Amino acid sequence: MTGMTFLKTQEPEERLDLSALVPARLKGLSSAEIARIAIGTSRRGVVVGDVFAVSGDDPSVLRFAGGSPRFDRIGEAMAGGEITVEGDAGARLGRMLKAGRITVTGSAGMHAGSAMEGGVLRIGGDAGDFLGGPLAGETMGLKGGTIVVGGRAGERAGDRMRRGVICVAGEAGDGLGSRMIAGTIVVGRRAAGTPGRMMKRGTLILCGGAERFAPTFVDNGPADILILKVMASAFAQGEVGEVPFDGAPMRRLGGDTAVLGLGEIFLPL
Amino acid sequence: MPGVTEAGVINGVVIDDGFAEAFPMAGTALQITAVNEKWALEAARAMTGFATSVIACGCEGGIDRMLSPEETRDGRPGVRVLFFGFDAGGLEKQVTTRLGQCVLTSPTSACYADLGGEKQIDLGSAIRYFADGWQISKKFEGRHFWRMPVMEGEFLCEAKTGITTDGVGGGNLLLMARSTAQALAASEAAIAAMRKVPDVIMPFPGGIVRSGSKVGGKYKGMMASTNDAYCPTLKGVTASQLGPEIGSVLEIVIDGLTAGAVADAMRVGIKAVTDLGPAEGALRIGAGNYGGNLGPHHFHLKDLLP
Repeated sequence: MTGMTFLKTQEPEERLDLSALVPARLKGLSSAEIARIAIGTSRRGVVVGDVFAVSGDDPSVLRFAGGSPRFDRIGEAMAGGEITVEGDAGARLGRMLKAGRITVTGSAGMHAGSAMEGGVLRIGGDAGDFLGGPLAGETMGLKGGTIVVGGRAGERAGDRMRRGVICVAGEAGDGLGSRMIAGTIVVGRRAAGTPGRMMKRGTLILCGGAERFAPTFVDNGPADILILKVMASAFAQGEVGEVPFDGAPMRRLGGDTAVLGLGEIFLPL
Repeated sequence: MPGVTEAGVINGVVIDDGFAEAFPMAGTALQITAVNEKWALEAARAMTGFATSVIACGCEGGIDRMLSPEETRDGRPGVRVLFFGFDAGGLEKQVTTRLGQCVLTSPTSACYADLGGEKQIDLGSAIRYFADGWQISKKFEGRHFWRMPVMEGEFLCEAKTGITTDGVGGGNLLLMARSTAQALAASEAAIAAMRKVPDVIMPFPGGIVRSGSKVGGKYKGMMASTNDAYCPTLKGVTASQLGPEIGSVLEIVIDGLTAGAVADAMRVGIKAVTDLGPAEGALRIGAGNYGGNLGPHHFHLKDLLP
C-alpha cells in the first residue's frame, strides 16, 4: 500500500499535538527520525514512536490506523496531500488547512476546520463546538474550502465564517453561523437555538428548520431562485455530495438586521 | 476571370485555387439559460445583435447552438453564444455591456461561463453594482457567482468567463451564382451545414453577407468599402474577379474558437454547396484574402475539398 501509516499501538495518556505529522514536514525524514518527533503536551516527552508504529515511505498520503479524541491538531496548516484517520480525532482537526484532503471516519473535537483556507475536511461522525470557527481573538473562522460532517455539529458552527462551505447532515447546536461574515452552511436536520445571530452576509440552508429565530430576521416569503438549484447540483457533483435540498422554492429570511442584514436563511416551505 | 485558377470542379461547381485569410482574435463562450427555449433565444438574440463586424460593432458574436437542460449549469434550456474581439479588453467591454443590457434585462435569464482557461474576463463581476449594494457573492465548488436582486426575482450570473486568444476571425467563402436566388440557395445550404459545426459562428444576418468589403476606399477615413472586384454590376469597369456567367455573389464569414473549427466549417460549407450543384446553387466558390501578408491564418480551398 502506498503512503505512510501511523498504527496506534496504545491509547495515549495525555493529549497529543500531531501538528508536525503533515506531508510537508515529514518529507525526507527516515522512519527513525519520524519516530523521534515530539508530540506530547506534558513533561513526559512523548514522541511518535511511543504511540505509533510507522510504516511506509510516502508522506504525501498519511493514514492513522486507529484514532483517539486525544489526537489534537491533525493536519494543521497542511498545504497539500491527504490524511485519513480511522477513528476519532481531537481538537483543531485541519485547522488552517490550505489545500489537500482530510478524512476522519469517526468524530472530531472542538475547532475542526478552524480558520481553514482551502481543501476538504470530511468528518464521518460528529463535530465538536466551533466547527470552522476562529480561536479566541481571531477575526475570521473558515476562509475557504469545504467541510462535510456526517453526524451533528456542536455549538457555534461557522462562527465568523468568511467564505467556503460547511455541510452538516445531522443537527446543529446552538448559535449556528453566529457572526458569520459570508459563506454557505447547509444543515440537514434542525438547528438549535437562534441560528445566524449577528450574521452580516452568508447563507444558511436549514433543511430541518430551526428551534427559533432572532426577531431581527425578517421574512422575505417563498423564494424561487436559481442559486438553490445551481448549488444543489454543484454540491452533488462536487466535494460536498448529495444535499437535502434540490432547488425547489424555499422560504427566505433576511438578516441579521441587528448588523448589516445582508445574510439569508432558507427553510423548507 | 483574370488571375483566377481552379483548384477543382466538384459536381459542376468550380472551386478557386485561393485561400481565406483570417486573423487571431480573443474569443469566449457563454451559456444563456431561461425558463424555456423561447426566452433563452430572446436573450441570446438580443445579446448577439449588432455584432456582425468587429470594426464597426466592437465585437463579432453569434449563436453557436442550442443547449439541452442536461448541458446547462442550472438544468434549464439554454443557448451557447460566442463572442470575438480584437483583444481581451475590447472583448470584455462588449460582452459586459451586452450582458447588462440584453441578458440581465431579459425575463428569467441567467448567464454562465462556457469556456475554461487561465485567462478570464469579467461577467457578473462587471455588472454587479446594478444591484446597488444588495448583490450577493457565492463561491462554491470552484465557481464564483453573483446574485443580483431584480424586480422579477433574482438574476444569477457567473463572475467571470474564460477566454482564448487562439480564436480566429475572418474565415470566409464567396459563393458565386448566376442569380441572387441561386446564390442565396447555395448560401443557405452552406449555413445549414456549418451551424452543426461546434465552436464557430457566422456573425452576419442569417450567417450571410451580401456586401463583402475590401480594405480602405477612395474616400478618406473609410476603413472598408465595397468589394468592387466581386460586384457583378461593375464587371468591365473594375478589375473584376467575375466571369460573364456570374450574376450575384454572397459571402459567409466564419469566426471560431480554434483554426481547426473554422476549417471544419468551411469544409462542410463547401460540401453543402457542391452537393447542391450549379443548377440550383453556386457556379463557383472562392475565398477572400488580402494577398496573404496581413493575416497569419490561410485556409486554402484546395485543402478543404470534400
